Amino acid sequence: MKSQLSKLGEIALSEIMGADTPELLESLRVKYLGKKGELTAILRQMSGLSAEERPIIGTLANNLREKIEAAIEENRAAINAAVLQKKLRSEALDVTMPATEPIIGVRHPMSIVVDEIKDIFIGMGFRIYDGPEIEMSTYNFDRLNTPATHPAREWTDTFYLDNESKTLLRTHTSPMQARVMETVSPPIRAAVFGRCYRKDEVDATHSPMFHQMEGLVIDEGITFADLKTLLHDMAVAMYGENTATRFRPHHFPFTEPSCEMDVLCHECGGKGCRVCKGEGWIELLGAGVCNPRILEMSGIDPEKYSGWAFGMGLERAAMRRFKISDLRLMFDNDIRFLEMFK
Amino acid sequence: MKLSRALLCDYIDLPLSEVGDRSFAEAMTMSGSKVEATEILSDRITGVVVGRITGMEKHPDSDHMWVCTADVGEGRDLSIVTGAQNQKIGDLVAVAKDGAKLHGGLEIKKAPLRGIISEGMFCSFSELGQSLHEHPYADPDGILILNEEFNLGEDICSVIGLDDHVVEFEITPNRSDCLSVIGLAREAAVTFNKPLKLHTPLLRSEGGNAADLVDITIDDPTLCPRYTARVVKNVKIAPSPRWLREKLSASGIRPINNIVDITNFVMLEYGQPMHAFDLACVKDGQIIVRRAKEGEVLKTLDGTERNLRTDMLCICDSERPIAVGGVMGGENSEIIGDTAAVLFESANFDGTSIRRTAAALNMRTDASSRFEKGIDPNLTEIALNRACELVQMLSAGEVLDGTIDVYPEPKPELIIPFVPEKINAILGSDISSEFMCDALSRLGFIIDGSNAKVPSWRLDISPLHPHNDLAEEVARIYGYDRIKSSAKRRESAVRGGLSDVQSAEKLLGTVCRSCGYSEIITYSFISPSSFDKIRLSEESKLRDCVRILNPLGEDTSCMRSSTLPSMLETLARNRSYRNLNVRLYDFGRIYKKRDDGLADEKQILTLGAYGDTDFYSLKGAVQALCSALRISDLRYVAVSDNPSYHPGRAAKVYKDDALIAVLGQIHPLVAANYGVSDAMYAAEIDFEAMLGTRGNEPLYVPLPAYPAILRDIAVICPEDKTAYELVSCIKASGGTLLESCSIFDCYKGTGIPEGFKSMAFSLKLRAKDRTLKDSDADDCVNAVLKALAALHDAHLR
Repeated sequence: MKSQLSKLGEIALSEIMGADTPELLESLRVKYLGKKGELTAILRQMSGLSAEERPIIGTLANNLREKIEAAIEENRAAINAAVLQKKLRSEALDVTMPATEPIIGVRHPMSIVVDEIKDIFIGMGFRIYDGPEIEMSTYNFDRLNTPATHPAREWTDTFYLDNESKTLLRTHTSPMQARVMETVSPPIRAAVFGRCYRKDEVDATHSPMFHQMEGLVIDEGITFADLKTLLHDMAVAMYGENTATRFRPHHFPFTEPSCEMDVLCHECGGKGCRVCKGEGWIELLGAGVCNPRILEMSGIDPEKYSGWAFGMGLERAAMRRFKISDLRLMFDNDIRFLEMFK
Repeated sequence: MKLSRALLCDYIDLPLSEVGDRSFAEAMTMSGSKVEATEILSDRITGVVVGRITGMEKHPDSDHMWVCTADVGEGRDLSIVTGAQNQKIGDLVAVAKDGAKLHGGLEIKKAPLRGIISEGMFCSFSELGQSLHEHPYADPDGILILNEEFNLGEDICSVIGLDDHVVEFEITPNRSDCLSVIGLAREAAVTFNKPLKLHTPLLRSEGGNAADLVDITIDDPTLCPRYTARVVKNVKIAPSPRWLREKLSASGIRPINNIVDITNFVMLEYGQPMHAFDLACVKDGQIIVRRAKEGEVLKTLDGTERNLRTDMLCICDSERPIAVGGVMGGENSEIIGDTAAVLFESANFDGTSIRRTAAALNMRTDASSRFEKGIDPNLTEIALNRACELVQMLSAGEVLDGTIDVYPEPKPELIIPFVPEKINAILGSDISSEFMCDALSRLGFIIDGSNAKVPSWRLDISPLHPHNDLAEEVARIYGYDRIKSSAKRRESAVRGGLSDVQSAEKLLGTVCRSCGYSEIITYSFISPSSFDKIRLSEESKLRDCVRILNPLGEDTSCMRSSTLPSMLETLARNRSYRNLNVRLYDFGRIYKKRDDGLADEKQILTLGAYGDTDFYSLKGAVQALCSALRISDLRYVAVSDNPSYHPGRAAKVYKDDALIAVLGQIHPLVAANYGVSDAMYAAEIDFEAMLGTRGNEPLYVPLPAYPAILRDIAVICPEDKTAYELVSCIKASGGTLLESCSIFDCYKGTGIPEGFKSMAFSLKLRAKDRTLKDSDADDCVNAVLKALAALHDAHLR
């Protein structure tokens, strides 16, 4: 029996190690270790052995069983690995094939800039207010200290909706200064974004509809120096840490003193180039200390409160930001144009 | 306003050599007179010098050319071949040497002309960029012969006035006083801390009395507060001297003749426009300042017949208009070669009236553009005297004694409070009152203790806000940039942020983009023809939109009452650009008329798409938008009567009773109106209605503790049964265990009888307190099937 066992062992192990599929391996397991398997068959003959031989053969048989089991397990792992490897190889992809990209829409370049500016002002404690585009001339002009004969009031400059020139399309976001002052008590930090209208023919730099932002600060003891501080902070937030600004005198009916804020030309650093038209500076916005008449007309005591306001054209800001050369592109809405600003 | 630096030097000692262009522009800009550009007149002309013709011989190979020699002060005469005929030996001429550059970029090179080397060229005035106006004595067909002595070899630019630099200012409308050399000189004097050299015109008496010849009446003192005039007789019309021609030219004004040039020069200096009438043409010596009468016509100096309106101010003689007041004179009283006596007008007109007249006649002149911004009425007399002084200086005529000055209501002096503490409080500065007094005095204010007398030319200073006005004056002279920033004001007493509505708007934009829609911005105005294009019925309320009474054109005359036209136009345009798949959203307003003349401005979120899209993907986007605002259980009602949409592919979307949106495929006829033959889709979403049905803030609900059982059923039902009907029936009959029900298939065709369809539903069943048994699920499904059969003729497949 000894030799029977060792012969069986030899054959079984070589068959097992030669098996190359899980199925073949399983059939070998059944063949040798199964209930009707060859090793089992040999073990059944053990009853005919002497008491001395039995434990010896028993040990041999058990050892053989363990050997076969170990060989099966060893080979099973190898076969599985091979099978997996084959499968993985067959699943290989050409990773350079095109992706399935989800379609994500884009923001209009103006909105990108508007959202950024909104964030800056919200960070500085401003609330965002929306106002009517169809407005009364009272708010658009009178309450902003615009003289009754001011050229901007002409029908050649402003869109009117009635023959008495009482209602119009707002020509700037400034009427919201009066509307906010009427409804919000100081301290006020208000920012307004929106559409404005002026009677300009469409060309590369003009549009009868455009966007503006307005800022208004009213509190006790607000000064021109405060205006400089916050507007400079804004420019830094928009254009980066090393942004240089300058404030130069200007004129608006609703502010006094008035100014325009320029930023140092990013292209030439102030030397003068095409972008800044040789000036070294680029005009960013108009601002000024609120004319006390404005406060008074809106029911705020100019003896107690003072403030400052500013206004900025948003098309120009967006066009400068993205180097867009023609204003008409902004309202043409060609998807190829829009998708440039992902 | 163009300012010649040479002319500026008459009033302030500020030569170019001391303050260069860049520093001048910078300093003036920062003190409030913004410099737009600086032009160097000689910029492109180099290498042209004064030379004397020393020899002249016929060209041996030409019947008209001359071979000349010219001394240009270099010790060796140049040999120059010329075709000009007007020169002679001894003449001083402009010699362009080898390598010289002329006006227009022409470069002169030493070269042979018909075999003889020419070492340069004699120039005509046009080759130097000038005209007969600058050189009235020159031969227009020949070379320029200088009629004064100059040093040989001297740069021609300094000889003919091209060595000047001209500064162009952007003057803000409040500072009309700076539309003059004196006004800008005053600003420059304060800016550069130099004395201002003002000149008082001096006239010698030449007898006579203007009042004997001229009578002036102002009929309308509102439009003409002051009219001042003098008379010059024995006028000798001639070209102006070189200095005057050069100064006018540099300032952008064409020299004409001495009298006209004098009026223009005085306008430049003082900012006071003047006019000269030929006195012989002023009938009866009568000047009447009045509004035009109905039907009056005047041919102005530019040769155009002008039909005058009755709101226009005219200068008239006893019979007819002879000038449009403050705008332009008439041909009927023009100064011409044989004019013997001149009436000089120096008047003050109402700015608004001048502006409207000039606009109506489409005739904006140097004079009108100054008047329309307002002029100091005190200027009329001094400007008039200056003109007469120049007449005497130029020997252009004899000035009669006496000034006729009609000034019914002299403008009172303005005195305002001067409180340095207030000024510092407005500016947030610490400027000494000495500095303030000094700056204001140099600007012409007269400070007397706590009062300041405002100079008469400062029409912008108002008694309504005197402290702010003075603060601006002080600040700009002190320097805006020297006012220190105030760090303490950085903190805000107000909490910043978006309102709820604004946040929702922002969120919806994000959802639109995640659904593949890109943002567009469209005009708020539409054409009235748009209503037809989207097939609105004649009675549609949308047609009653807010109209602009003075639109740019019919196409932009309506404030939109629907966003559909803007969206369809944009889609159509994209398609014409051959963009294949396009999805767009527009978050804009519509404008609904209101009784008070204003409008309800409703925010509409419009989606639009064509290409790789269909009804259900559009519906998906609408649903995603609603779900972002936690609006669920939407109800879709088929719409077949909206003329803009496909009658079988459109729906209204309701949340309870609130109409939130209309969506669908655009009606093929509407698409055709926009030139589109493919399917276009659009959704018009009422943002306000959406916000009104917005769901509550979500709260945590425990996750289910017991598993769900899924059961699929397929039924055959008549094909007109809607998904909504069947699902509602299932939900109603499924009992409390039915957690949700979804459709996973809808099929018509082989195996299904004609007129029927198969619908397959997936039912999810769950109990809160136990694991369901199969029998529970069977009961539920049976109840559902029973109800479907009874109510909808839908039977298990």
